[in-house]
Amino acid sequence: MMISRDYIESVIAKNARMDGRKFDEYRHIEIEYGISSKSAEGSARVKIGDTEVVAGVKMELGTPFSDKPGEGSIMVNVELLPLSSPLFESGPPSIDAIELSRVTDRGIRESKSLDFKKLCVKEGEKVWLLFIDIYPINAAGNLFDACALAAIAAIRDATFPKLDENMKIDYSQKTKTKVPLIKLPISCTVWRVNNELLVDLTIEEELASNARLSVVFTEEGKICAMQKGGDSPFSSEEISNVLDIAEKKTQELRRHFK
Amino acid sequence: MKYTKRSDGRKFDECRPMKAEVGVIKNAVGSARFQIGKTIAIAAVYGPKDLFPKFLQKPHTAVLRCNYNMMAFSGSGERVRPGANRRSKEISLVIEKAFEPVLDLSEFPKAVVDVYIELIQTDAGTRCAGICAASLALADAGFDMKDLVCAISCGLVGDQVVVDLDKTEEDFEGGAVDIPIAMLPRTEEITLLQLDGEISKEQLLKAIEAGKEACKKIYEVQKAALRAKYTVEATQ
Repeated sequence: MMISRDYIESVIAKNARMDGRKFDEYRHIEIEYGISSKSAEGSARVKIGDTEVVAGVKMELGTPFSDKPGEGSIMVNVELLPLSSPLFESGPPSIDAIELSRVTDRGIRESKSLDFKKLCVKEGEKVWLLFIDIYPINAAGNLFDACALAAIAAIRDATFPKLDENMKIDYSQKTKTKVPLIKLPISCTVWRVNNELLVDLTIEEELASNARLSVVFTEEGKICAMQKGGDSPFSSEEISNVLDIAEKKTQELRRHFK
Repeated sequence: MKYTKRSDGRKFDECRPMKAEVGVIKNAVGSARFQIGKTIAIAAVYGPKDLFPKFLQKPHTAVLRCNYNMMAFSGSGERVRPGANRRSKEISLVIEKAFEPVLDLSEFPKAVVDVYIELIQTDAGTRCAGICAASLALADAGFDMKDLVCAISCGLVGDQVVVDLDKTEEDFEGGAVDIPIAMLPRTEEITLLQLDGEISKEQLLKAIEAGKEACKKIYEVQKAALRAKYTVEATQ
């Protein structure tokens, strides 16, 4: 069921939300680990209200980038499955899926949350590559934050597969060695509807929004990735307010990883 | 080669533990999760909706479109490259055909009904788990169906007839034959039948009989899952 944009705007103009939440209140969050533990090196399911995403980590050996011969790498891919929403269609990745993938990727990469040096097997020749694949199961708003949480949760769950003496991966055997996740970057996306700033929009609210800003914070309160979206601009004052909201909210979200 | 004992201690005609749940995806018209052993499939149904391009439309009925996909991390070895491949397209096709005899979409001419099947974790028998999930999702969506569709893989491991092969059995060094079947439980008609390997006529018929018995057990699991959802809603 889609509710009209005008109606959403009129509710928010009265300082309220459709589901009774405050503007800066997230829906109920659940994180479950090891949802594909036979197949994936690490996996997790994240639910934010009715939004549900799953993420899995697959590890392979590859050659390092020539400018970083001693470091492994990650690749994040979000696929907007038509299974998860009537708004998504089959076919090559849409621009929305590419944006989601890249923003999620940036949050992990730029925060240096993985110790990429520890993903090196032999300098200049062999490094571990982490493929982090994320799929919405039910897309009901705020996929940016849900995907970011799911990616980190799946990496947190991941252990190295076994390497045999010929440097071949034996996927049937997992070691107990955890993937070196040293920081937890957390994303908070703040949207503007009318002139109000809100977090964790439902899909109906998202369609009424005219601008959004995703901000990824590290534990030390550093900002490591941002992405502005939507058709309308933000004023500097609004950006400052967004940062305050996002800083506070990411601290709250981080508690789910304790 | 002799195959005397199953690695997980099952009897030769015993399925792995099953779990089914209906209505797992709120956005969908109908949805279900079906797990058998470590193979987990989810299915969602969307539609009926307009079908384009127009030449694909059928004047007297809706078209059923199935889409089978393994999540990139769900394989046993390396990452599965995302997107359709020859294998997934063929499986999607045979799944569509498995539903053709039971599903009546004549109420919705020129429309399309989409069934999306995703595998979250795999340990063999993925198309069968996908069919079991899709069958529940279609029933959940409320389409006219003559029956549910139940599916299981049967076959040979070494020289032994078994049902519900897992990955280690499919890869058995003494050879294995994998025969996915789908059955309409009320009439015991077969709507999907494939075979991979080498088997005698007698053994094949024996395997299919074993598969049919297994399908009857799946049917009970499916019915229980549907009842679990709709009984609750009826009492509210």
